[in-house]
Amino acid sequence: MDHKSPLIHPEIFGVTLTFNLANMLMITIASVIVFLIALLATRQLAMKPTGMQNFFEWIMDFVKGIVKSNMDWKTGGRFHILGITLIMYIFVSNMLGLPFAIVYNDYLWWKSPTADPAVTLALAVMVVGLSHYYAIRMKGFSEYGKDFFRPMWFMFPLKIIEEFANTLTLGLRLYGNIFAGEILLTLLAGSLATGVGGHLAAIIPTIAWMGFSVFVGAIQAFIFVMLTMVYISHKVSHDH
Amino acid sequence: MTTNAYALGAGAGFNGGDILFQLAMFIILLALLKKFAWAPLMGIMTQREEHIASEIEAAEKSRVEANQLLEQTRAEVKSARLEAQNTIENAKKLGEEQKSEILAAARAESERLKEAAKLEIAQERDQAMNLLREQVASLSVMIASKVIEKDLSAADQEKLINQYIQEAGEEQ
Repeated sequence: MDHKSPLIHPEIFGVTLTFNLANMLMITIASVIVFLIALLATRQLAMKPTGMQNFFEWIMDFVKGIVKSNMDWKTGGRFHILGITLIMYIFVSNMLGLPFAIVYNDYLWWKSPTADPAVTLALAVMVVGLSHYYAIRMKGFSEYGKDFFRPMWFMFPLKIIEEFANTLTLGLRLYGNIFAGEILLTLLAGSLATGVGGHLAAIIPTIAWMGFSVFVGAIQAFIFVMLTMVYISHKVSHDH
Repeated sequence: MTTNAYALGAGAGFNGGDILFQLAMFIILLALLKKFAWAPLMGIMTQREEHIASEIEAAEKSRVEANQLLEQTRAEVKSARLEAQNTIENAKKLGEEQKSEILAAARAESERLKEAAKLEIAQERDQAMNLLREQVASLSVMIASKVIEKDLSAADQEKLINQYIQEAGEEQ
């Protein structure tokens, strides 16, 4: 029942890196879809928005709302495009694995890229890294360093642990939700749907779970962006 | 190629390459979105915001203008009404004056006519009186001559003359 991943291990600059070709494929597909949506939505811009432009402006306003609920727009405006890209990319990625999976020669090729911990953790590390980068850039290195000893000096170890915990929970929460959703779909489609009766019995729970997965995928995309803004605002704000 | 709903297979081990690839793709996607979607859309959104702001301002201005015009019109109507009232009152007063003038003139005219008639009557009467007196004198001469014919004493004659004169005076 378990499928292999199409791994390759090229050596680049003396370091052996492991690439999962399926992940690379799905990351590329998700990125292309997001880019196409954005491109199509903004081809005919008008003062009076219609159709796709409305949709994209709604996304922008939604992310703007998330940013504004965490910091003032003067500080947070620069993270707007980050939030938009994150929410669209994660949502599209979450949706990709839902309708089907493609297995070729026992290798799993089509799935949600976010159902892989490496991908979600990469995003989480990037977000936390950005929060540190902007904290240093906007407050200066000494202020940034002092923040690790506030409000009390002995909080320092906890602050260090917090950074790693934030990264791990941010990445693994997304991974866990999407991976669990795909596991259950696999179980419903692969194990329950054996024989005619099994297929019939599997239809309703599968449809129900897919509907729920759409909901979970949307919620997880929202939570990821929300937490991104929370962490960044926590780092760049002066008053805490 | 088989398509089914198998979705397991997150590979074990550390996929350093995937992480790098994901980061690179995300950064590329971010840059592309920023260039092709976010920047033009933000531009048009700011433009729209400015447009709306200017429209609101214009609407506010025209509202104030309309209010001013309304006030002006109201004042004009008020003054026109006042003027009309004044005109009517003046006309009324003028009519009243003319009426009383005409009445006074008519009254004066009638008075004058009455006076003239009275004067005429008095003149006529005096004339008639004089005429009468002359006739009385001639009549008395006639009577006297007749009485003389009938042989009248001087006393009777006197008496008769007086009587006639008296009668003639009473008849006046």
